[in-house]
Amino acid sequence: MTEKKIRVLVAKPGLDGHDRGAKVVARALRDAGMEVIYTGLRQTPEMIAEAALQEDVDVVGLSILSGAHMALAPRILELLKKNGQDQVKVFIGGIIPDEDMPRLKEMGITGIYGPGASTDDIVKDVREVMKELRNT
Amino acid sequence: MSLTKSILEGNRLALARLLTQVENDLPEGRATLSELFPHTGKAHLIGVTGAPGTGKSSLVNQLALHYRKNSNTPANVAIVAVDPSSPFTGGAVLGDRVRMRDLAGDEGVFIRSMASRGSLGGIAQKTASLVQVFDAAGYGIILIETVGAGQSEVDVARLAHTTVVVEAPGLGDEIQAIKAGILEIADVLVINKADRPGAENTERALRSTLELAHPTKRIFRHHGRTMSTSSETPDSTIWIPPIVKTVATEAKGIGELAEAIAKHAAHLRQSGDWAARDRARLGSEMEALLREALMDRFMENVPPTAYQAIVESVANRNISPSEAVKSLLNGNRK
Repeated sequence: MTEKKIRVLVAKPGLDGHDRGAKVVARALRDAGMEVIYTGLRQTPEMIAEAALQEDVDVVGLSILSGAHMALAPRILELLKKNGQDQVKVFIGGIIPDEDMPRLKEMGITGIYGPGASTDDIVKDVREVMKELRNT
Repeated sequence: MSLTKSILEGNRLALARLLTQVENDLPEGRATLSELFPHTGKAHLIGVTGAPGTGKSSLVNQLALHYRKNSNTPANVAIVAVDPSSPFTGGAVLGDRVRMRDLAGDEGVFIRSMASRGSLGGIAQKTASLVQVFDAAGYGIILIETVGAGQSEVDVARLAHTTVVVEAPGLGDEIQAIKAGILEIADVLVINKADRPGAENTERALRSTLELAHPTKRIFRHHGRTMSTSSETPDSTIWIPPIVKTVATEAKGIGELAEAIAKHAAHLRQSGDWAARDRARLGSEMEALLREALMDRFMENVPPTAYQAIVESVANRNISPSEAVKSLLNGNRK
């Protein structure tokens, strides 16, 4: 049997209109053989959780440049949990001040990537996490 | 067992998980689908196909909105949106949801994106199975959006009851329109982006194509009597694809499109084609599974080394591929 494809939702919550980073990451994940569901700009946490449910994704990647990550991230995690998708791993890319990182990790964010992060690292981390998940 | 029950009770998480199992052809998925099968056969399957950039996703979005809003007891709507997989990495970016944000927050709508995973017919190998899951789960309208199709990605017509082919102005001349393939499968033709220059030309080209495509179905008056060029077929079995002009981004023409689709469904039921299409689809699905199963069973009994040896002798031009097959089937597996 072929290995199950990793499905990733790439979403852009919040009101800023810059989705270049999200597109670069989506493409890198695609080139790594994953199936990436791209939802576009200005998604509410509710829309993201709904899409994650319908698409039964393994991973959600959030691109947040607006500074609202401390409000958006916990809300999305909470909704995923409410929908019974506790196992979904959430990654954040964007502009995240250093002092917020430990708190985001504590909440349950799996990985955080700032400007200049390499897409190879993101791909590697997603693969790693999925490997662990599937071996348990 | 309990998964089947959850699906029938409308549990969306269970539905999402089953779709994954079925898409990956896991044994659990197959078993649950078999249990659900008696509950299928109720939905109207509507295929939406057309070249990239004609506005299929926007149109599907508007159609779904229309079905949800213009009825007191709206049917649940499922959307299966297929986008291509990379032939090199197997990865895919599935972007159809970008144009479907209006549907967010409606529990009666379920959108599932699907990668084509190497299939070339415009839909994926497991699209039909996913559609069956939605059918059993009580989705009365199932919209199937193909990959941006060129000329020969026509598999959706075998799956859907009604096939909508979407065109847009400025994409091709009349020669494109008379080539075999995608236009032939249309039950309803849509000219989307009809506010753009060239829409009249596109309509004219499509109309003349339709006249060429349905020459036997013309009715005319001769010596005062109504005659038809195909006397054996009664008129009620003739369906000539209507042309509907839309501007999906402004929700124009959507009511007319939904009406054309409903008329086609009524026509299919009246003429008996609904059941015939169902039977043909399930027959070919069974045949594909049989072929796969026979191949698996055959390969189980052929040692891989023997198989490789035969491939090798074909590569060395010692025997032809068809002689090799004959020899394999005759049990020559040395």
